[in-house]
Amino acid sequence: MIVAAVITLAALGLIFGGALAYASQKFAVEVDPKVEEVRELLAGANCGACGYAGCDQFAEEVVAGNAPVTGCAPAGTEAANKIAGIMGVEAPDTLERQVAQLKCLGDCNTVKIKHIYDGPQDCRAALMFGGGPIACSFGCVGLGNCVRACPTDAITLGENGLPVIDKDLCIGCSICVKECPRQVLELVPETKKHHVSCRNQDKGKQVREVCARGCIACTLCVKKCPENAISMVNNVAVIDYDKCTNCGTCVEVCPQKTII
Amino acid sequence: MKTFKGGVHPGDRKSATEKKPVVPAKPPAVAIIPLSQHIGAPCEPLVAVGDEVKMGQKIGDSKGFVSAPVHSSVSGKVIKIDTCKSAPGGTVDAIFIENDFQDTWHEDVKPNPNWEKLSADELKKIVREAGIVGMGGATFPTHVKLSPPPENKIDYVLVNGAECEPYLTSDHRAMLERPDDLIVGLQLIMKMVGAEKGCIGIEDNKPDAVEAVTKAAAKDPRIEVRALPTKYPQGAEKQLIKVFTGREVPSGGLPAHVGCIVQNVGTCIAITDAVCKGLPLIERIVTITGSGINEPKNMLVRIGTPLEDVIEQCGGFKPNLKKLILGGPMMGFAQPGPENLPVTKGTSGILCLTDEEVTIEEIGPCIKCAKCVEVCPVSIMPLFIGSSVEQGLYDRAEKYDAMDCIECGCCSYICPAKRPLTQWIRMAKSEIAAKRRAAAK
Repeated sequence: MIVAAVITLAALGLIFGGALAYASQKFAVEVDPKVEEVRELLAGANCGACGYAGCDQFAEEVVAGNAPVTGCAPAGTEAANKIAGIMGVEAPDTLERQVAQLKCLGDCNTVKIKHIYDGPQDCRAALMFGGGPIACSFGCVGLGNCVRACPTDAITLGENGLPVIDKDLCIGCSICVKECPRQVLELVPETKKHHVSCRNQDKGKQVREVCARGCIACTLCVKKCPENAISMVNNVAVIDYDKCTNCGTCVEVCPQKTII
Repeated sequence: MKTFKGGVHPGDRKSATEKKPVVPAKPPAVAIIPLSQHIGAPCEPLVAVGDEVKMGQKIGDSKGFVSAPVHSSVSGKVIKIDTCKSAPGGTVDAIFIENDFQDTWHEDVKPNPNWEKLSADELKKIVREAGIVGMGGATFPTHVKLSPPPENKIDYVLVNGAECEPYLTSDHRAMLERPDDLIVGLQLIMKMVGAEKGCIGIEDNKPDAVEAVTKAAAKDPRIEVRALPTKYPQGAEKQLIKVFTGREVPSGGLPAHVGCIVQNVGTCIAITDAVCKGLPLIERIVTITGSGINEPKNMLVRIGTPLEDVIEQCGGFKPNLKKLILGGPMMGFAQPGPENLPVTKGTSGILCLTDEEVTIEEIGPCIKCAKCVEVCPVSIMPLFIGSSVEQGLYDRAEKYDAMDCIECGCCSYICPAKRPLTQWIRMAKSEIAAKRRAAAK
């Protein structure tokens, strides 16, 4: 009996195996080998920052010529160059790796709290209630929409209520930048060390009323910067990262300790 | 008894103030009159800093159709035009008037002995000029409601005397103390829109009000007074229409589309005052209650009285105050604090809740029990809208008819996982509205 069963099963296995082998040859889906090569070079986080549904679709679109070879920010310049090589197009200029940077220092000790908010823990929802729980109308609400949006878990909420960005994990996809209702997150070149951590466009007096670390537009940094890299735009200092040499003069002169 | 689908039965908690007659509040030393006390275009100030104004004088108006003018509730001098807080959040421009305590009436405010002979158009003009808005809290300009598109023949005027929000008793007291004026107001509205039938719905937890209004309405056979089951949101526009006429307002439609107009009790009385006595809307009944206030009261408060003054006249807050709400607990707006916040045309109540009444519980995961679907009076599925918003999928929220939500709060009230469904739907509505505005451009 056992012998008969073994023979039957073996025979069935052979028949179906042969049928499958034939089908895989006959009905094979032609995949452009380029797509697989490109797919290999991508970051693989499926973050969606390129605007496509995931890395697979992006790879297909690159090969089809619809997406730019530099479209995957997380993969970086090196990958972009290789993709350009595969596609036979000219390699893009060297792009520096970009990481997210928080432009606010209004934590629970520095910014004036208007009221206690206990509704849904969502920055947008909090802003709908009386214009947000903090007195500053430009600063971080601290309810972590960026934390939830980050595809690589690079952002966590720190003890002081502000998001903390792990620059090693950040892939520069800019999803948090788009998600933040207060636009206090920005992509900056990874090598630049100093940032103006405030976006408050009010006059200095009003800023001081609401936050101990806000930019009061005193223009000291503008005057002292040896590279002339800082300008005052809408009452907030802005560093031109192309000119910045990381000398740190602005950090020393800033009376509000806004530049870190 | 006929009723609508869904709804909840929160404890009515009206005992603190329902037996207390309305007492006039002291006029404020400085009245803060916001230029936008209604839904629609804000008013432009008609006075400048330093001007002398009289009581009842129009001090702000707008050319927009969906708008209502504002009047001074005191006589005195304009000291500044600055911002104050508004109930739904944010700030609005307001005229600050220093009271001279003379209460000198403006010459335009005079009784009209021939009011019964006025035509519908003249009446509508009076309602607009008196700055009357929906006084239940939504503050929709009344003259706009009274001017439905000509293709919609209005046959029913419904008056909401349900006062289904827990705690509030301002409409209850108004019905007890001024039932005749309420009936006159209803008759005037019926005349303005040419309706044949007037209905007043009062929840059956107010038998004294049902009795008083029924007695006052006995003279007019066109008016029906009905006691309605006590169920929240009995006083909501679409639910009241369903109960009285069996008609259903279509998704995205207005009551006028099914031949109905719904007005609040307070609004009807304000119309009577405006038409017969020439009084603009400068004061309203406010219920100040909750266990966080020392002396709960119903007060007749001048519009523009700072909240702090009203609270002071009610013996002040108790030390364990936890939450301050303008309006009722279901649909009212929580406030960061009483500072720089005046009583406006839409302030039906000032609710002071203590930590005994307010609990903040952790939000749990949805277990798909569908209790929110069961209680939703407009038959939408709050659980799916809530989860869509949680994931930021506002398009999906739109497909689940988030825009039909009347924000009654039943879903948040009933949810065993304490999910803030109404708040999420409100978020979805603001996002969808922003998207539609952007698309229209």
